[in-house]
Amino acid sequence: MNTDDSSWWPMGDGVLCNAASQTYPSCNTFTHALSFFNKIEGSQATARQTAELLRSVISQQRVPYTNQAGALIDAVKAIGEQLIAANPVELAVGNIVRRVLHIIREEDLSLTTAAIGGLNLSAVSDDENDDDRDGDSTLSAAAVAAAARSTLRPPSLQTLLEDTPVSAAVPQTSSSGGDSEGKSKFSFTAADKSSRSRKLKHDVIEAVNELIQDIVTCHEQIAEQAVEHIHQNEVILTLGSSRTVLEFLFAAKEKKRSFRVFVAEGAPRYQGHLLAKELVARGLQTTLITDSAVFAMISRVNMVIVGAHAVMANGGVIAPVGMNLVALAAQKHAVPFVVLAGSHKLCPLYPHNPEVLLNELRSPSELLDFGEFSDCMDFGSGSGSPLLHVVNPAFDYVPPKLVSLFITDAGGHNPSYMYRLIADYYSADDLVVQRRATAGN
Amino acid sequence: MGAQKKRAAAAAAAARVSEDPDDLARQPLQAILLADSFTTKFRPITLERPKVLLPLVNVPMINYTLAWLEAAGVAEVFVFCCAHSKQVIDYLENSEWFSQPNFTVKTIESHNIISAGDALRLIYEQNVIHGDFVLISGDTVSNMSLTQALQEHKERKKKDNNAVMTMIIKKSKPSPITRQSRLGTDELFMAIDPNTKQLLYYEDKADHSKGTICLDKMLLAENPSISLHNDKQDCYIDICSPEVLSLFTDNFDYQHLRRHFVKGLLLDDIMGYKIFTHEIHSSYAARIDNYRSYDIVSKDIIQRWTYPYVPDVKFCGNRATKLERRGMYRALEIEQSRSAQVGSFTVIGYGTKIGSNSKISDSVIGEGCTIGSNVLIEGSYIWDNVIIEDGCELRHVIVCDGVIMKAGAVLKPGVVLSFKVVIGERFVVPAYSKVSLLQQPTVHDSDEELEYADNSSGTVEFSSIQGTADQSNGEMTSESSEAHKPKLGTGGVGYIWSICEGGQEEEWRHSVAPIPEDKLTELSEAMDDDQELVTQDRTALSTSGELISDSNASEGDDNEDSKDDSVYFEKEVEATFLRAVEENVKVDHVILEVNSLRLSYNMTSADCAGAVFYSMMKLAIKTPHSSAIGLLTLYPSPFSMVASNAYPIYLSGELQQNTANIITTWQKLLKSYLLEIDEEIEIILKFEEMCLESAKEFSPLFARILHILYDKDILQEDAILRWADEKEGADESDKVFVRQSEKFIQWLREASEEED
Repeated sequence: MNTDDSSWWPMGDGVLCNAASQTYPSCNTFTHALSFFNKIEGSQATARQTAELLRSVISQQRVPYTNQAGALIDAVKAIGEQLIAANPVELAVGNIVRRVLHIIREEDLSLTTAAIGGLNLSAVSDDENDDDRDGDSTLSAAAVAAAARSTLRPPSLQTLLEDTPVSAAVPQTSSSGGDSEGKSKFSFTAADKSSRSRKLKHDVIEAVNELIQDIVTCHEQIAEQAVEHIHQNEVILTLGSSRTVLEFLFAAKEKKRSFRVFVAEGAPRYQGHLLAKELVARGLQTTLITDSAVFAMISRVNMVIVGAHAVMANGGVIAPVGMNLVALAAQKHAVPFVVLAGSHKLCPLYPHNPEVLLNELRSPSELLDFGEFSDCMDFGSGSGSPLLHVVNPAFDYVPPKLVSLFITDAGGHNPSYMYRLIADYYSADDLVVQRRATAGN
Repeated sequence: MGAQKKRAAAAAAAARVSEDPDDLARQPLQAILLADSFTTKFRPITLERPKVLLPLVNVPMINYTLAWLEAAGVAEVFVFCCAHSKQVIDYLENSEWFSQPNFTVKTIESHNIISAGDALRLIYEQNVIHGDFVLISGDTVSNMSLTQALQEHKERKKKDNNAVMTMIIKKSKPSPITRQSRLGTDELFMAIDPNTKQLLYYEDKADHSKGTICLDKMLLAENPSISLHNDKQDCYIDICSPEVLSLFTDNFDYQHLRRHFVKGLLLDDIMGYKIFTHEIHSSYAARIDNYRSYDIVSKDIIQRWTYPYVPDVKFCGNRATKLERRGMYRALEIEQSRSAQVGSFTVIGYGTKIGSNSKISDSVIGEGCTIGSNVLIEGSYIWDNVIIEDGCELRHVIVCDGVIMKAGAVLKPGVVLSFKVVIGERFVVPAYSKVSLLQQPTVHDSDEELEYADNSSGTVEFSSIQGTADQSNGEMTSESSEAHKPKLGTGGVGYIWSICEGGQEEEWRHSVAPIPEDKLTELSEAMDDDQELVTQDRTALSTSGELISDSNASEGDDNEDSKDDSVYFEKEVEATFLRAVEENVKVDHVILEVNSLRLSYNMTSADCAGAVFYSMMKLAIKTPHSSAIGLLTLYPSPFSMVASNAYPIYLSGELQQNTANIITTWQKLLKSYLLEIDEEIEIILKFEEMCLESAKEFSPLFARILHILYDKDILQEDAILRWADEKEGADESDKVFVRQSEKFIQWLREASEEED
């Protein structure tokens, strides 16, 4: 498989090929580690592990003299593609891969603009950047990048449609005119090259570290907003179990809010039972109900707060099965339906995209004991398929019009605002994490 | 946070473990995986490739087992390879299993091993197992969690050092026709102590025809309660203590894990070793033992019972596959004609091409196959790189790698085509046949004990494959093809194996084809018979009924059964009587036999009298009449009418004579049961019943035979009169015979009055 890939490699560049193929053996072990993600429950852990894997990929990647960002992007894409394929159901993997790609692009852009901005700085720049490495360097870089993007390369249909990775990955050579040519002549002096490449890699790793930090602390950041949403003596309804929801409710409880929680059990996995147990352990007044009792109870509820598996670009939510019923019930009684989601759950894809694996069918044994209905499941008398099928989907899709509010670690948002958030986190070039060669040929 | 929680839980578990005084618990869990089943059930395929590498839903079987062991927390696996060990080792070395963190796979290779017992002895000699281990064969699919079973095992071990093994069992339907939970194996009987879950009895080769199993009576004496199950299935996953290995070494005649080891431990109570069971409920575990279980487990995987070990979840480097509606799994790069119909519960592998108007349902298609147009594939397993040309039909078959089916070939249900076989144009392969490039090995001995795959012969055969394979690749030399007529049609390559003795019976039982309709009905009838037998002799073989030794069979059953019982009793008496007549047994002996029957069925002497009388009358009818035939020829017209009614034809006089003779001969037998007047009345009632139902020939003779019985002193006048009195108030229809014998009764009455 390795040889096949390198022959499909779009760039004729020998250096790049070698660099990419060097990462392959190690990447297999990554894939393997990821393929057992099934055991890890929850997108947060998965997202974090993905980011950590990509960080080590970037740090191992040898950067060529020319087109460093392109090399990094290709390496990340190569592995990201496999990671996504390893666990297509967990959309957080793809999100993190795209986030990292976006980070590389932004850092590269900011370096370029910095180079343009200070035409005269060459050796001095290294020291300066070493100084402000800690903390706000990436932030400022991002700000500069955003500014640079608007000046250097306005988002036009042209750039969105660009298909070759060369142009997409290395904007400074292709899309900017004579100005950048002059710049590249200037900046690619022998002394500057090595320092600049080290700088890019370094900045990217810093930014990825920050991303990991964001993922780790997302529960706390969401939970901080709890008091603004949960008021005294309110009744909150939730379905199944979500770490984010749990932390959110605890945070409100710690701020001395007194409220009651209805927990729908979340058949067939009954994770609501666990949630109820934990809520009671923290001294919250809890009522456990069946999923089918949600409609009957919703009139007493002030707010529905649930977790999500993923938030799509249109503001739709992929959530544990049964959520759509809850959302419809909430709409009927005009109860606010609030979805908590860490920013790693924001997916830049649309739910109608065939690339997106919306659902996962789990084992029928969660519904029936094996062998219990075996007489109905017989492939018996030769007539082919059995008459009884057991389908156990894991997720539901809640359309955006049923969602009142999203609370992410960046604050509360309307479903219609999701596309804007996504534009901040992802670049349009990365929506399809697939090396163009396979798609193009 | 989720990860933190996990870690906290793990830390808590570790803390709990470290509280234990002994360090055994901290031992990393080991497993022994036998990559050889030591049977020949998958021949001819296993002559060329080891069973554990056969694809199960496009993934080699051993990957399911290894993936499960890895997920269940096993740290070190010893894969024991025997037949085709090189292939297994090569496969494992190229797989990702060797590069796993926290999961080491080591291979142990040996060629002169012919049984699981030998394998375990060898592993014992190598001294690599240090603590509790999981014993499993490489053809087991499971998704159960080991934690609980392991904990139970350890706790038992702490209390009782003799608890050496925990066997995983699963509930299944006792019915042999339920395919989902039955794997084509023999019925299994287990006796388990319901409280301690100790296994007390294990029988997988129960003699089905007798419908009985024998339990040692000590079992009942020693255990306050045992429950006997025939609805459990052995998953062939065992958690063993290291003692198990030394036990195998001590008893060098142990070969088979179940037949020798388990039964040996259960019978031999000198050492006092005990085996316990752990039952799993919702999770899945099954072993692929034969083609039928291959079929059933494949279907369970497709229906996702084995989740997460399903085709669309990557668990061991399998190709990315997407699950579509109605249980259709499709890998990438499939070329499918628009007019091709792919039905539900079908798996299609990477790079397969499907031509127009082909229909595929309930099947698994491997990678790189080429399927022509107008092909019909139903319930079949097609492995990699198979070429099926236009118009072929495949129903419930297994087709191995590299097979070529020429246009119009047909495979009947149950066919197995081994590697690289070529089926000629329009050739029809008969049902249940197995086709291979290798010739069927000359039957050394298909004795039970020698059924283990003989490795030396395996390698020899392997070299011969090369020969045949080369031959098939190159030009087919004419002399070789003439030597054995091409049985597979024009251009066909391969041999059809003859079905070995006992064949047809076993073939349908173990093939991938669904059980044929007639066998199904046969099975269900057999099952009914079994149930009748059970109720008949009260062996308390009711399904998983709990046998409590100090309580007798309840009275409630008695009433329900009594009707059946009397029918059986009557039949038995009749049989005894007829035998007595045929063999001229003395009357005294017959009385003795009938008496013993009476006691065993718990019948009254009135029942006996009725039954004996009944059999005598039957005999009277059956006795041939030469004169009857003569009369028939004399008066053809009226009697032919009767003959068309399919009744035996008797002249009333003849029949009366016969009856009189028989009654005279056997009156002593009958009299011995006529102790009181009640029995005599019983006889009359019986006779009446017979005349109405089973032996209508007697109805015109009722009064006369009654007279004969009176003459022979079998019936007393009191009995007859009382019968007549009783009938006085009955319906008109009941009084037919009273009226018929009215004269006789009248005469009796007068006679008694005269006496007075």
